[in-house]
Amino acid sequence: MKLKTISKDLVIIGGGPAGMSAAVAAYDAGVRDLLILERDSSLGGILQQCIHNGFGLHRFGEELSGPEYAHRYEVMVHERNIDYKLNTMVMDVSPDKVITATNSEEGMFYIRAKAVILAMGCRERPRGALNTPGTRPAGIFTAGTAQKLVNMKGCMPGRNVVILGSGDIGLIMARRMTLEGAKVHAVCELMPYSGGLARNIEQCLHDFDIPLYLSTTVVGIKGRDRLESVTIASVDEKRKPIASTMREIPCDTLLLSVGLIPENELTKSASVPLDRVTSGAVVDQDRMTMVDGIFACGNVLHVHDLVDFVSEESAIAGRAAAAYIGGRTRGSEAITFVPDGKVRYTVPQKITTRDEVNVFFRVANIYRNVRIFVRDGDREIYSAKKLKVAPGEMESIKLKKEVVESLSGQPLSIGLEVSE
Amino acid sequence: MSKIVKEKDLTCIICPRGCQLHVTVADDGEITVTGQTCARGKKYGETELTHPTRTLTSTVLTADGSMLSVRTSAPIPKEMLFACMDRLNLVVVDHDVDFGDVIIPNILDTGADLIATGAWKRA
Repeated sequence: MKLKTISKDLVIIGGGPAGMSAAVAAYDAGVRDLLILERDSSLGGILQQCIHNGFGLHRFGEELSGPEYAHRYEVMVHERNIDYKLNTMVMDVSPDKVITATNSEEGMFYIRAKAVILAMGCRERPRGALNTPGTRPAGIFTAGTAQKLVNMKGCMPGRNVVILGSGDIGLIMARRMTLEGAKVHAVCELMPYSGGLARNIEQCLHDFDIPLYLSTTVVGIKGRDRLESVTIASVDEKRKPIASTMREIPCDTLLLSVGLIPENELTKSASVPLDRVTSGAVVDQDRMTMVDGIFACGNVLHVHDLVDFVSEESAIAGRAAAAYIGGRTRGSEAITFVPDGKVRYTVPQKITTRDEVNVFFRVANIYRNVRIFVRDGDREIYSAKKLKVAPGEMESIKLKKEVVESLSGQPLSIGLEVSE
Repeated sequence: MSKIVKEKDLTCIICPRGCQLHVTVADDGEITVTGQTCARGKKYGETELTHPTRTLTSTVLTADGSMLSVRTSAPIPKEMLFACMDRLNLVVVDHDVDFGDVIIPNILDTGADLIATGAWKRA
C-alpha cells in the first residue's frame, strides 16, 4: 500500500507555547501553507496543567495562569486560520524534511516540507535516571505527573509528601499539594543552592513553612505496595551522602523535580547535531539547526525558566523559517561560541550573520560580583558587570551590530571573571 | 528622630527577577523599602509588612467530573488562602463557562472574585 503524501511549506512539530508562537510569527511573516502537528487532544502543551499564575509578565505585561497564557496564543492561531492536526504523533523526520506522522483518522501519512520547526518541548528526568536504592512501591511520581493528576484529573497522589529536587515544578507542587490538604514534610536539594526561582522559594515554601534542605538527597526508599518512608541524608562537597546524617521520614508520596530533558528523538532521526550540554540542537542566531531548513525552539532546544522567553525565541525561529522558505540562505561563515566552563553553554552556539545578536547562556554555579566577557582572540568585544548570577536563571547579553560586523571569524570565548 | 521598630529582608514575588528587598518600619509608621528595581516591588514590600496578600490559583469540579482551573481576580489576604480553598472546593460548575467568567463573586468578602482560567461546556 502506498501511503498518502502531502506537501507543506512549513510544518511545526508540537502545539505548545513554542509551536504556537513559531506558527504565528511565520504566518505574520507571510507563510500561508503551514501546519502544526500536536500529539495531545488540544493545543497548549504543558501550560494546560500549569494553573498557577506568573506567566506573561514580559510578553503581555500581565500576570496570567498557564491556561490563560496558552489561550492567548490559541486565539492568535485561530484568528489566522492556521491549520493544525491534534492527536497526531510524528514518528520520524528525515534530513530532507519528510515527516512521517500518524493519527487514528488518517492512519500513517507523509508530509514533504520546505521547512520544519521542531517544538516538541522537554520531559522530566524519571526515578530510573537517579539510581536511588530501595524498593519500587507505588507513590513515587515526577512533579509534573503529580501536577497533571491534581490539576487536570482532580486526584491527589498522596497525603504525606517528600519532594526531591527544588526545581520550579517541585516548588509549585509543594504549594499546590499543601493547599489541597497534604502535608509536605521536606523539599530536598542535592546542590547547595536551589534550581528554582527565588520568588518560588518565597511564595511556595516560606509561605507554608515547608523546610528546604540544601545539600541533601534521598538515599533510601521503603515500602512494599505503597511507599512507607524515604531516608534522606546530607551530602559532602563531592555530593556523597554522609552516613551519620541519615534520617527516615515516614511518607506515602515522593515527588521528583530533578531536571528536565529536551525531547530530541525526532531531532536525532533528522541527523541534526546536538549540543552535549543543552541536550538540544546546535543552532545559529535564527534557531536554524546545522541541517538547512530545520529549526528548533523552546524547551526542545534548551530548557527555559519562563514561557515568555520560549515565545520570544520561537518567534525568531518562525520569522527565520519564513525567510528560508522565501529563499534566504544561511551565511556560509559560522562563528562559534566557546564557553569557559563558568558559562556552561550559549544559545545560539554559532552566529552566521553580521547583524545584532542576543546570546542566552547559563552559568555553572552561583557567582557574585562577576564580569561577563566575550573575546575575539585577544580583543575583548563585550564586558558587563553583574552582582549575582545563578544556574537557575538564564542570562542574556546583546552583541551590537557594529561589534558583530567587526568579528575576525575565529571562535569567540565567553566567560565570567569572578572577583570575590 | 524616628526609630526603626521592625525590619525584614524579603524576596519580592511580583516578577521572576526576585529582587532582594530590605524593608524597615519606623515608630512613626513610615515604611522604607530598598533593593527593588520597580515601583511594584516597593508596593510589595509595604504590603508584605503590613498585610500580606497572595493570588490564589486552584481548580473547581464541573458537572462532568473534569476540573476547571480558577484564580482570584486580585491578591487576597494570605491568611484567607485555606478558607477560600474550603469554599471553592464546594463548587460544582454546571453551566457553560468561558475564560474570565466569575465563578464566585467577592469570595469570602475578600473583595476579589474567583474567576475561571479555562473554559467548560455542558455536553
